[in-house]
Amino acid sequence: MSTNVDKTPPLNFDTFLSGVWRENPVLVMMLGMCPTLAVTNSALNALAMGAATTFVLIGSGALVSLMRSIIPGSVRIATYIVIIATFVTVVDYAIQGISLRLYEALGAFIQLIVVNCIILGRAEAYASKRPVTHAVVNAAGMGAGFTLSLLLLGSVREILGAGTLFGVTLFGPDFQPWVVMLLPPGGFFVLGMWLLLFGWLRERRATPTPQRSSVHGH
Amino acid sequence: MGTDSLAAIALNAILVNNFVFSLFLGLCPFLGVSGKLNTAASMGAATTLVMFVSSACAYGINWVLTATDLEFLRLICYIAVIAAAVQLVEMSMKKFSPALFRALGIYLPLITTNCAVLGVALFQTTRDYSFVQSAVYSVSAGAGFMLALVLMAGLRERLELAEVPRVTQGAALTLMLAGILSLTFMGFVGLGGGH
Repeated sequence: MSTNVDKTPPLNFDTFLSGVWRENPVLVMMLGMCPTLAVTNSALNALAMGAATTFVLIGSGALVSLMRSIIPGSVRIATYIVIIATFVTVVDYAIQGISLRLYEALGAFIQLIVVNCIILGRAEAYASKRPVTHAVVNAAGMGAGFTLSLLLLGSVREILGAGTLFGVTLFGPDFQPWVVMLLPPGGFFVLGMWLLLFGWLRERRATPTPQRSSVHGH
Repeated sequence: MGTDSLAAIALNAILVNNFVFSLFLGLCPFLGVSGKLNTAASMGAATTLVMFVSSACAYGINWVLTATDLEFLRLICYIAVIAAAVQLVEMSMKKFSPALFRALGIYLPLITTNCAVLGVALFQTTRDYSFVQSAVYSVSAGAGFMLALVLMAGLRERLELAEVPRVTQGAALTLMLAGILSLTFMGFVGLGGGH
């Protein structure tokens, strides 16, 4: 066991939670934007994409962590990419076997999970330095955070653009679907709006309103 | 073999199905490197070069893999080829234009994980393009990417001087801009026939 070389912090709930909220890959770190915007035209697609990415994250995280002492430093990135590509190939074939309709909806973006910077980033920055349990828990957290942000986008776009959520009709027959939300511009707008909302919330928490109004009188 | 004419392929890749604005590929460099106009232009050019080299290699590899029934290795081979092509561009740029090499810095190796590059290789395979079609497709895709990057950089340079609320600065505003640009590019739908 070569652990504790770089003072691994104890495994706690924060190992998981940091990926979901504080270091959320999409909303905070702005990584993995391409699948985030491309496949979130419905909540179901978003969920499937999130699940596929989470699987690759956990699998590659575990393998990279297990092999961290035998991977030579100079070829580590290439090794990580090959490990990731292997798991993506597995997911690619699995989704084809489970649902062909889903496979067609996600299109090339399943294979493009390989170049999702979240996964390579986690392999390089976390899994290659930590024991397997940490790597897996952290990868699961990151995956959950990624899935959560995809769902946020996917549900808003599906509700506005088609008036449904997970295929269930939400509004009466008078609802006029806002089709542009399902098209590419909608993806940019909705993500921009979410970032705006979270930025505003963070700003508000950083400077409580009553204090700010009194400081201004200087 | 795909039946699209070369002009249709080029028009489609540059305008109608622009990689950034309608296919959502290559967003990381699009959001990351579009701050300055000349960096954006050279990043676009470097990416185009990598696209061209890797698309040509991918064509050959796909031919070999199909002949030997090893298609499940396609993804791994493609990504390895792209990494090698990036290395090649990096080395030649270091030799011929050190200034540009320094300007692009960290973003150069990151072309490897630019999904637009892998996207070109995957799409040309799915669409059964011939070698010439693939070459045209990869260069036009690169040109479309560069166009998007340059447009965005121009807008963002202007925005530096504009007064916007503090919360909207940065990513949120950039995404809104991208949304508006993407709306504009939707106007090209139907051009050149097909798709």
